[in-house]
Amino acid sequence: MTVLARIRVSLKPSILDPQGRSVLRSLRAQGATQVQEVRIGKLIEMRLQGSLAEAESEVQRLIAELLCNPVMEQAEYQLDEVEG
Amino acid sequence: MKAAVIQFPGSNCDRDATLALQSVGIASSLVWHGETEIGRADLVVLPGGFSYGDHLRSGAIAAHSPVMAAVSAHARRGGLVLGICNGFQILTEAGLLEGALLRNQGLHFLCRTVWLRAEGGVASPLTAGLEPGAVFSLPIAHNEGCYYADPEVLDRLEGEGQVALRYCDPAGGSGPLSNPNGSARSIAGLLNRAGNVFGLMPHPERACEPLLGSTSGYPLLAGIAQWALP
Repeated sequence: MTVLARIRVSLKPSILDPQGRSVLRSLRAQGATQVQEVRIGKLIEMRLQGSLAEAESEVQRLIAELLCNPVMEQAEYQLDEVEG
Repeated sequence: MKAAVIQFPGSNCDRDATLALQSVGIASSLVWHGETEIGRADLVVLPGGFSYGDHLRSGAIAAHSPVMAAVSAHARRGGLVLGICNGFQILTEAGLLEGALLRNQGLHFLCRTVWLRAEGGVASPLTAGLEPGAVFSLPIAHNEGCYYADPEVLDRLEGEGQVALRYCDPAGGSGPLSNPNGSARSIAGLLNRAGNVFGLMPHPERACEPLLGSTSGYPLLAGIAQWALP
């Protein structure tokens, strides 16, 4: 079985995101007055072999080991079975 | 004293560091990141540059390279480790120093000379050449130099005297105007609790040669050279 993992890594809420602020200013300048806040993160997609449970424990391990630095970031993930 | 300067793919201050160390009397050898041993080095230098293209996070991939297990073991034994710029980022990613280095708050890559103030605090061979309170200038060149740690961690680091260098104005005062990258409490350089691991964003090795315009980095490196092994 193949599992597609989508991992979203973003700065912790307590950390100012100057890139997001810069994009917010640009959007506001373009008339997007409803936009209150912009925060930018990254999306990591990976395909894993194995069951959903196996993929989940591996994704959790990889997030802790390398993909997310908990000093400044937080991560969330979504797992889906896909065609191999 | 002998030094090992670690070369990662994308390091670009490794040879500068070697030459600067040589100028203060420290013989050094270059050690490739894929090695698992660092040899008989008293000092390990993680040089500046863009290891692994800064992919994922600055220093994150380098922190997991084979040589870093040997560098961590060296640090645990009390061996000296100096991380400059990207080397500082690698030290935080490897957990050898606390905190993290975020993107500069102004979003610009900064390449200029800044004023720094040496803080007293934990006694360290790595900062022995810096008179507490001394104000001097060094070049910086980085995109991710905004030091961050949670407020309670910052309080503890300050309490333990681990903040070794702060950005300041020419008179030695710190504040938002003299803080180039938005670093928490203007932190430019940090020691670990034991004082044997030192990370800093500015580049002392780029200021050790009169021909290149400055020798203000010389005292810092010369101070390490003068420290003798017990």
